[in-house]
Amino acid sequence: MSDKHYDDNMSKKFLMGNEAIAMGALDAGVNIVCGYPGTPSTEITECCAKQAAGGKTDAYVEWSVNEKAALELAAGASYSGARTMVTMKQVGLNVASDPLMSLAYVGVKGGMIVVSADDPGPISSQTEQDTRTFAEFSKLPVFDPSSPQEAYSMVADAFELSEKYGTPVLFRPTTRVCHSCADVQTAEAPVKNDVSGFEKDTMRWVIFPKTSYLNHLKIEKRNRELSDIFSESKYNTVEGSRKSGKGIAAGGISYEYVKEALGGRDDVCLFKVSTPFPFPEKKALEFLSGLDEVAVYEELDPMIEKALVYVCGKYGLNVRIKGKLSGDTPNAGENSAEGAKMLVARLMGEDIPEEKNVGDVPQLPIRPPVLCAGCPHRASFYAVKKAVKGRKSIFCGDIGCYTLGNAKPLDMCDTCLCMGADVTIAQGMTLTNPDTLCFSFIGDSTFFASGLTGVVNAVYNGHDIILAVLDNSTTAMTGHQPNPSTGISATGEPATAISIEKVLEAIGVSKIVTADPLKLGEATEAVKSLIDEKGVRAVIFRSPCAAKIKPQGSCAVNSEKCVGCLRCINEIGCPAIIKSGGKAAVDTSLCFGCGLCRQICPVGAIGAVKADEKE
Amino acid sequence: MISNCLLCGVGGQGTVLASKLIAAAAMEKGLEVKTAETIGMSQRGGCVASHVRVGKDIHSPQIPLGEADVLIAFEPAEAVRCLPYLKKGGAAIVSSRAIVPVSSTIGGIQYSAEQMTEYLKSRVERLVLVDTDEAAARLGTSKAVNVALLGAAIRSGGIPQISEEDMEKAVGKLIKPQFLELNMRALKLIEEK
Repeated sequence: MSDKHYDDNMSKKFLMGNEAIAMGALDAGVNIVCGYPGTPSTEITECCAKQAAGGKTDAYVEWSVNEKAALELAAGASYSGARTMVTMKQVGLNVASDPLMSLAYVGVKGGMIVVSADDPGPISSQTEQDTRTFAEFSKLPVFDPSSPQEAYSMVADAFELSEKYGTPVLFRPTTRVCHSCADVQTAEAPVKNDVSGFEKDTMRWVIFPKTSYLNHLKIEKRNRELSDIFSESKYNTVEGSRKSGKGIAAGGISYEYVKEALGGRDDVCLFKVSTPFPFPEKKALEFLSGLDEVAVYEELDPMIEKALVYVCGKYGLNVRIKGKLSGDTPNAGENSAEGAKMLVARLMGEDIPEEKNVGDVPQLPIRPPVLCAGCPHRASFYAVKKAVKGRKSIFCGDIGCYTLGNAKPLDMCDTCLCMGADVTIAQGMTLTNPDTLCFSFIGDSTFFASGLTGVVNAVYNGHDIILAVLDNSTTAMTGHQPNPSTGISATGEPATAISIEKVLEAIGVSKIVTADPLKLGEATEAVKSLIDEKGVRAVIFRSPCAAKIKPQGSCAVNSEKCVGCLRCINEIGCPAIIKSGGKAAVDTSLCFGCGLCRQICPVGAIGAVKADEKE
Repeated sequence: MISNCLLCGVGGQGTVLASKLIAAAAMEKGLEVKTAETIGMSQRGGCVASHVRVGKDIHSPQIPLGEADVLIAFEPAEAVRCLPYLKKGGAAIVSSRAIVPVSSTIGGIQYSAEQMTEYLKSRVERLVLVDTDEAAARLGTSKAVNVALLGAAIRSGGIPQISEEDMEKAVGKLIKPQFLELNMRALKLIEEK
């Protein structure tokens, strides 16, 4: 990959890795882009949606209800000859895995790229799962870009490969590629891909056990062929000299860290693996020849390490492979340029770069992520907390900003597992915890993504749960994408807004109440009205995300009235309220004016300042 | 030559815009740029850092420890947290205004801005401490304080490829017309002592 070679027919743009993937797809003539938001993948579809909304592309772009829906929609379009791209984060791939595993056998006609962004760390995820391993499991080829520029170019090649072999292709960037920005050379004009339309062919498009047996044989044969093709790929490279007998194998962002650590020295042989599955075996043989020792630098699973150990065993090579399996590199968390420096030093028997002695660093404040000032979720949690005071309760939470309701002082999230699980975990809780109120907290986007099925299960089987839908009319955590309740499409067009109340009513939820969480009394009464009912009942807390609307002014503490009880701080934990001289004070630069603290103050010391009185 | 600039603060303080301005100024001059941002859950009041690297043959989008030429910190404790990134002799432009996390307030943990600034004074030779409250008062708003710190960083010489004029051009390009005059004033506000 020639990062620095600029073609005259290309133009230079400053793009985030995710934007580079989006532009790569649009320039490769993608017809359909769909996905479900999830850090670190969100900006890919978002960027495509902006381009579509601005009339800069004819591609159809949507936020689908979840990853499974997106992948199936794309499959239908690819059967008809469209180039499609589906985007998600790594845990989203679990949701899409049902159609993907079968689609690997059926195949596609138009090129199809499934982008699944991995999150080593993890920084914003439940797991440190590795899409490269998923590629091996689903027998699908996978691309692992190391930079925005490479990601841009790879997308076009991935489409071509997908069409040539009639298979979906996985594309796996990691957070540091997704969220880094660089100057990227892009094509002057996009390629145009005409959609041929669906041609009936039941042997091809209808999956049967018999055809799957035959397809399985074909897939294994194809993957052996792809291993050879990938050994010739410009993305898999061997550089540096073998003189020292030492080598490093790396892929994705870890390759860039190793390059940074090597800083131009060439006494180490460096193998870049950009297509970890099917593994480029012949290229690996070329790399390994003449080496005694190889260090592998990769994030998440020891995918390259295992493949190299296999190649050494298969060909009887006497090369020591060091990585995660041998205990030489960390099994969890992110890699870094510093880590790569250590790796190079250890491999070459050089002095390990010293840890800088920073001396007596003062104790630093811990900053766990918190619900924003003015966030309606804070008020919803507090209303439930007040309503159930004195009653045994379990609060099942879910994925979204409202997971942050777990933090003290709210402490209103007892479980969190995966998208939609709050509704169903609450059902398991109610069966096993008698005389306990089992609450399920779910956001509007998560409700439609995968909460609905759980509600149907609860009503059908007669479980005793209280569903609290936190409807802030957006998918907030990932940066405010629209969803089925918002009445707006990914490209900003009007869409059918689906009523959460009507859906719950149709399913047969016995009692449904709606409340404005920022009116504390009303919200608390709404919850109380459900407590002694039986079956599935629901409260919908409806108030827009604070980050989506203009502040209504701010609150101010009258320090003469304030008695210093600090109830406003200790009960709701709003980041805009600080302690000053034993009394409460409001940081007006953060305050949103939601007024929740005003409703809590026992002495009426907190007043409102209107927006126009604020600077 | 390579210049590394690290911007840090608390989610919502505008590190991303400041890093975009540096990148735009560098791109305008035909220089290669790489940046890395914190996006996602940490944005909600967590620690955030933007790495900006200008120059040829840069590989890692994040600045390696001890290699930042200039540190722009929107919060004093975050400056201390990110200090290991600053190279020996590098400049630090630091807002002295503390943002106390709600967990410290509830947990009764002491956190004083003075303790942080004293530590910085003892460690950093080229330290510009900025009274952001005063800067906001002079500007008439706290909204352009990030650009004021950026101006000070450019004058510190930490990114020698980018001049004040280059930065003015970038501000002119990226900032909405109604905020342009304010940001131009902000750019020139802080003098290195």
